Amino acid sequence: MAGKLDLDPRIVARARALAAKAGQPVVDLARSHTTVSVERAVLRLAGVHGADPDGIPWVNRLVDAVRADVGLGHGVAVPVLHAALTTGVEDLTVLAQKAAAGSVRFDVPEKKADVAAARRHAKRAAAGGLKLVDRRRAERDKLIRRYGDPAQRPWIYLIVATGDIYEDIPQAQAAARAGADIIAVIRSTGQSLLDYVPEGATREGFAGTYATQENFRLMRAALDVTSRELGRYIRLTNYASGLCMPEIAALAGMERLDMMLNDSMYGILFRDINPIRTFVDQRFSRQVHARAGIIINTGEDNYLTTADAVEAAHTVTVSQLLNEFFAHEAGLADWQLGLGHAFEINPDLPDSFRLELAHALLARELFPEAPLKWMPPTKHMTGDVFRGNLLDGFFNLAGALTGQGILLVGMMTEAVVTPWLSDRDIALQNVKYVLNGAGNLHEDFVPGPFIRGRANQVLGEAIELLERIVGDTLMDAIADGTFGLMKRPADRGKGLDGVAKQEADYYNPVTEVLA
Amino acid sequence: MSIIRPYGDTTGDGMVQLSFTLPIPHDKRAEGAALQLAGKMGMDPAMLVHAKQMGDEFTFFVVYGKVGHLVDTDQVQVVERDYPLLSAKEVNAVIKRRLRRRLNVVGACIGTDAHTVGIDAILNLKGIAGEKGLEYYSELSVTNMGAQVSVPDLVETAREKKADAVLVSQVVTQRDAHLHNTRAMSAAFREALPAGKRPLLIVGGPRFDELMTGELGVDRIFTRGTTPREVASYLVHALIESRS
Repeated sequence: MAGKLDLDPRIVARARALAAKAGQPVVDLARSHTTVSVERAVLRLAGVHGADPDGIPWVNRLVDAVRADVGLGHGVAVPVLHAALTTGVEDLTVLAQKAAAGSVRFDVPEKKADVAAARRHAKRAAAGGLKLVDRRRAERDKLIRRYGDPAQRPWIYLIVATGDIYEDIPQAQAAARAGADIIAVIRSTGQSLLDYVPEGATREGFAGTYATQENFRLMRAALDVTSRELGRYIRLTNYASGLCMPEIAALAGMERLDMMLNDSMYGILFRDINPIRTFVDQRFSRQVHARAGIIINTGEDNYLTTADAVEAAHTVTVSQLLNEFFAHEAGLADWQLGLGHAFEINPDLPDSFRLELAHALLARELFPEAPLKWMPPTKHMTGDVFRGNLLDGFFNLAGALTGQGILLVGMMTEAVVTPWLSDRDIALQNVKYVLNGAGNLHEDFVPGPFIRGRANQVLGEAIELLERIVGDTLMDAIADGTFGLMKRPADRGKGLDGVAKQEADYYNPVTEVLA
Repeated sequence: MSIIRPYGDTTGDGMVQLSFTLPIPHDKRAEGAALQLAGKMGMDPAMLVHAKQMGDEFTFFVVYGKVGHLVDTDQVQVVERDYPLLSAKEVNAVIKRRLRRRLNVVGACIGTDAHTVGIDAILNLKGIAGEKGLEYYSELSVTNMGAQVSVPDLVETAREKKADAVLVSQVVTQRDAHLHNTRAMSAAFREALPAGKRPLLIVGGPRFDELMTGELGVDRIFTRGTTPREVASYLVHALIESRS
C-alpha cells in the first residue's frame, strides 16, 4: 500500500537521518548509565524472586543492600555473585534474604580472577532467565502456528480494567469470544510511580489491575485456553512503563506476554519521571522485548490528548521517528514496532476526517513494515454516546482505509464510565460492520491533492522540528515542552535518585548478551 | 411553565428511551423480564424495541416508553453562577487595579489520579473549546503541578507560591477516590494554615456534585463543561470583589 502520498524518498531519508542524529546522544547517555530497575531486572532474570513479609520484592532488598555497600555504578551482578561465591550461598533469593538481614556484605573484588569468576557465574545465572525468555518465544511461535493469527487486519485490541485479576480473566475471555484478537490489561493508576513490582495475584486496583508476574501468568494461561477454544491465538498486552519498566519487560518475556506498551518519552511527559531514568530503563526494556519477540506499542496518541491534533500532528511523526530509531538501536525489528497514533482531531473542524486520513496514511507510508497502532478518539468524546458511536465508526473506517495494524477499539462511553459489557459489544459491532463492509476499501482509495498535500506538510513540519531538536538536543526539547506541551528538565522528575553513572568496571550480564 | 414531562414528538407524551443489560440469555422470558424492569421504573406502556444476546449469559435491551412522572422545574436545586462572567481582559484589569499584584494559582491532580485532562484544560495556555487557559491571563501566575501530586506536596507548594487559590482536578471515581482525596486535601490545608491565610480551595471533575462544598470542605466545586473563563471570573469574584 506504499506510494499513495508521493512522499519524496530523499525527504523521508532526511527525516530518518535527523531522528538518528537527535537520538544518538540519548543512546550514549543510556549506554553510560544504569538504574536500580535495570539492575533489579538483571536479578530477576538471574532467578531472584518473591518478596519479604511487607511485600517488598527481594530484588529491591538486594539492590538496596549492594548499593549501600558499593554503589550502583559497578552493576550489581559482580558484587552479588562474588558474595554468593565467597559465602557459599548459591541461591540468590536466599542471599537477598541474608543481605536484608544484614548478614552479607558486598564488595567489588580486587583480584582479577575473582572478578572473572563472579562475571562467569553472573553470566550463567542471567543466561537461565534469557533461556526461559527464548523458550517462551518458541512456545508462542508454536501456538501461532497451531491456532493461527487473526483472519483480518487490523487486529482488534480490547482493554479490560476491573482491578481484580479474577474478574479480568472472564471479561478477557468473553472479549476474545466476541472478536478481540488482543487483550490489554490496564494497570492500576498508581503503578507507574511505584519503584517496585508488586507480588502475587492482586484483586484491588484503581481503574486497572496491577502488573505482577503472577497476574501475567494467570491471564496468559486463561487466554491459552481461549485460544484453543477459538482456534485463534489471542495476544496479551501489558505496560512496560513507569519506574519499573525494565523489570516488567523481563517478567513479560518470562511469562510470554505478546505486546507491551513501551514509549520512549511517555513516562517523562505524562508521569514526570526523570528523562535520564526513562531513557536508560527504556533501552534495556527494548533489548529484552527484542529478544522475547514482543511487539512494542508506542504512545504518540497521548500527545494529541493534551496538544491540538492538527497543530501538533508533526510532533507525532517526530516521536514515531525517534521511537523507531531507539527501537532499532535496541535490536527490535520493524514487525515489532507498534508505533502509535490517534484519531483526535476536533470533529467540528471542517475536513477533520480528511486530515485524519492524511495523518494516518503518512504514518502508514513512513513505516510500511510496522504494525501501526491506531488509537480511538478520547479528547472529543463528550458523553453524547450516540455521537461517540458515530465518531468511532469513522475512526474504524480511517483505520481500514489506511491499513493500520492494530486497532484499539473505541468506546462510545469514553469519558463516561469504564466500559460496560454492552458498551464493548456495541463497539465490536461497530468495528465488525466497518471491516466487513469496507475492510478492503483501501484498494479503491486514492487520495487527492488535499490529503497528499497535508501529509507532505506534516512531514515538512516534522523535519523542521527535528532540525531544531538536533540543534538544541533532545533533552532540551523535552525540557522546553516540545512534546505534549509538558516541560520536563533532565535534572528533575521522579526516579532520578535511582540513576547512576556506569563505572569503568561496570558489568551487566544481560546487556552483554543482548547488545 | 414549571410542570413538564419528557418530550418524544408531541408535547406531554412523556416518552423516554432506556438501555440496559440483564444477566440472562435472550428468550421470551428475558424480554418479559426487561419489560418488567421498565414497568417498575415507571414506563407504561413500555415497548421493547431491541434485544441482543451477548455471550452466553447476557442480553442487551433497548426500551422506549411513556412515563407518567411530572417534573417541577421550580423545585430543582442547582448552583447558579452567582458572579458575573468576565472576559480575560476584564479579569486582568480587576486584578491589576484592585490587587496590585499577580494572583497566584496552584493546580494539581492529587492522589493516584493521572488524568490531567481537566486541570490542563483549565490551566494550560491551550485551554479548551477555543478558550485559552488561565496561563493566558497576564495577571494570573499559574503553577501546574501535574498528575499524581501528594497532598503534602500540594500544601507545601501552595505555601511556597503564596497561592491565593488552589485548583484540584479529580477524574477517577473508583471507590469514591475523588471524594476521599478532596476531603484529605481540604483537611490538610485546614491543618497547615490558619483561616485567614488559607487559599481558596477549588475542586473540579466530571463526577462531583456542586452542592457538596460544605461536606468536602472546599470553597467551590466545578463540574463538567466548566471553562477557564468561568474559573477566572470566579477567582476574581471570590478573592477580590466579594472581599471589599
